[in-house]
Amino acid sequence: MRRGLTALLIISLVAVTLIPGCQQGPAETIKIGVIGPMTFIQGEQHWYGAKMAADEINEAGGIVVGNVTMPIELVKIDSNEILSVPDAATAMEKAITVDKVDFLVGGFRTEAVLAMQDIACDNQKIFMGCGSASKEQCTRVAEDYDKYKYWFRVTPVNDELLVMNSFLMLDNVISTVRDELGIENVKIALVMEKAEVGDLIVAGCEHLIPAMGKNIELVGTFRPSPTATDVTAELSAVKASGAHVIMTYFSGPVGVVYAKQWGELEIPAASVGINVEAQKSGFWDATDGYGNYETTLNVYARIELTDKTIPFYDKFVAETGEFPTYTAGTYDALYILRDAIERAGTLDSDAVVIELEKTEYFGSAGRMMFTSTETGNPHDLMWGADYVTAIGTQWQDGELLCVWPPVDGSWNGVVYKGTVAYKLPPWVIDYWKAK
Amino acid sequence: MFANILINGAITAGIYALLALGFSLIFGVAKIINLAHTAFYMLAAYFIFTFAYYLGLNAPLSATASIIITTAIGVGTYKLVIERIREHETAVLMITIALALVFQESILLAFGSHFRSAPGFISGHVELLGVSVSIQHILTFGVVLACLLGIWILLSKTKLGIAIRAVAQDREIANLVGINVGTMCLITTAIAVALAAVAGAMVAPIWTIQPHMWMRPLVVVLAVVVLGGLGSLKGSFVAAFILGYTVTLVVFLFPTVSFVKEAVALAIMVAVLLIRPEGLFGVAFEEERL
Repeated sequence: MRRGLTALLIISLVAVTLIPGCQQGPAETIKIGVIGPMTFIQGEQHWYGAKMAADEINEAGGIVVGNVTMPIELVKIDSNEILSVPDAATAMEKAITVDKVDFLVGGFRTEAVLAMQDIACDNQKIFMGCGSASKEQCTRVAEDYDKYKYWFRVTPVNDELLVMNSFLMLDNVISTVRDELGIENVKIALVMEKAEVGDLIVAGCEHLIPAMGKNIELVGTFRPSPTATDVTAELSAVKASGAHVIMTYFSGPVGVVYAKQWGELEIPAASVGINVEAQKSGFWDATDGYGNYETTLNVYARIELTDKTIPFYDKFVAETGEFPTYTAGTYDALYILRDAIERAGTLDSDAVVIELEKTEYFGSAGRMMFTSTETGNPHDLMWGADYVTAIGTQWQDGELLCVWPPVDGSWNGVVYKGTVAYKLPPWVIDYWKAK
Repeated sequence: MFANILINGAITAGIYALLALGFSLIFGVAKIINLAHTAFYMLAAYFIFTFAYYLGLNAPLSATASIIITTAIGVGTYKLVIERIREHETAVLMITIALALVFQESILLAFGSHFRSAPGFISGHVELLGVSVSIQHILTFGVVLACLLGIWILLSKTKLGIAIRAVAQDREIANLVGINVGTMCLITTAIAVALAAVAGAMVAPIWTIQPHMWMRPLVVVLAVVVLGGLGSLKGSFVAAFILGYTVTLVVFLFPTVSFVKEAVALAIMVAVLLIRPEGLFGVAFEEERL
């Protein structure tokens, strides 16, 4: 009897081990590496966005790959790219060779992303960019498709489109200056940090502003360091130049310093452009409220870009205490990746690339599609009234509100529910009306 | 433009001088090149932020508590680490830079890399000769003058100051006449760190608070004290004005390259040092100091 029981036990164990249906080991996962500067807010937002999406997808069962449903396993990878490009390259190598991730999302600093893009593509790993705007990353795809086809940009739009977007916002502010202040000849000063994207935007502005007409004048270009701690001299010079509008580009900490001193000194010029720090919830406190009326290009606000935007925005704020910024686009990236994997029915990178190229996804940031392989910058995020538009946001009494596309629908009839009118700072109005 | 340069140059110089004062003092007396000086400035700024935003204290109370705690940390660090290797200048350099990095990483762990703001003593701005100047900037300039006056009175009019100067001039002789050299160095360290904390209280509300905020001011401080002459308080003050006006001139005269303003200031420092290696007010003999 005892021998019989032992034999039965052994047979049962063998059956459990050998028969696939009886295996009780951990389910195989899809490993997605989230790579970014994790001790900085940009990396934190990479992680938060990806984690929210992964949790939602896993709660719904996971990703269907052929006949198997597989959960997502996120791997957090600190690239330290803000401080060190070599660190980023090393982190990418480790993610692929040691952590053995299947896909990658993230990246922030252009120089680092270019290096990481090379490593990911050499290893035929799909890398969905969620932070760097350099168009070069996509022109590489056109120049050497077989190598770079694994790269896709999910957020933000590329740097040339950022310039175009900034000009549309500038145009809106110029109209307000003319309407409210009665000033016909509008003077513009550029205050833009010395950085690669800043160089491109300055070159574009110096070419385009004089072409905007006789009644618009560029009166000065100021280029503080991205890490400058004091820009009072620059702001004094802007005031002395008689500028009515300051067009900005700040990706670094100088954006906080600038806005704080601009507000405290009540420099009589409206400020509009790109100020990455002004996209964050901590901006109001970091500037002691002096950042009021600062206006910046943005990806998210609590408006209806699509029906997914407000639920995403609210959940993100509730879970993290932060506003989502563009690096939180990892949220949409994971859903786009999920859909492509499910359509491909495999984790094979080449097959998933083909499906990613067919993407049409209504995400939290808008209708998301990638530029075709026929363009000079394939796999870039498409921009336009029918796609992702990006938005302009302005701080108004402690709230970050959408002010572009304008509430009157003057840009291609696009108006997002929740948009408000742009406001000139009251000290600007007082100064110029007293003149 | 003249008024802009005049006022903005003075304001910038005031900030530079306040940051450099303690660094210059501790080198002048204890011969310690404390590369962690601006890290104490950072610590003070974070303490102010913590007291103001987490404990709800007002700006003067936050600043006072911050100065006391930062000074205590500075004194503790001196007793635990620096005092033992005080005679080895290279080791002091390495240890103090390591300390600064330890402080930075600790802050990064505790607060993350988010930008913060310290409450100012006073907000708003005034118009001086048509130039907008924040009142906190003017207050900072006043505090610089008060600190300089206070240090001058301490060193030249009090017994403690005379003892500190005696140690600065000749430690062995000072020891022979009964002055406790170690205590004098400790007191000087406390004063220097307190000055760094005062700088944190005054300058942090003007700039922003973040874990790497000590690096850039350290370069400015080094430039100021080297140009002025290591250990010379008067030299530091004059050098702060030279560099303050240089960076302001670069912004107004060459706005498209204003990012090089500090590099130009450093180039001027190098040029002066080539002509006068000991700096503008550097001393060949300790008796000349002050």
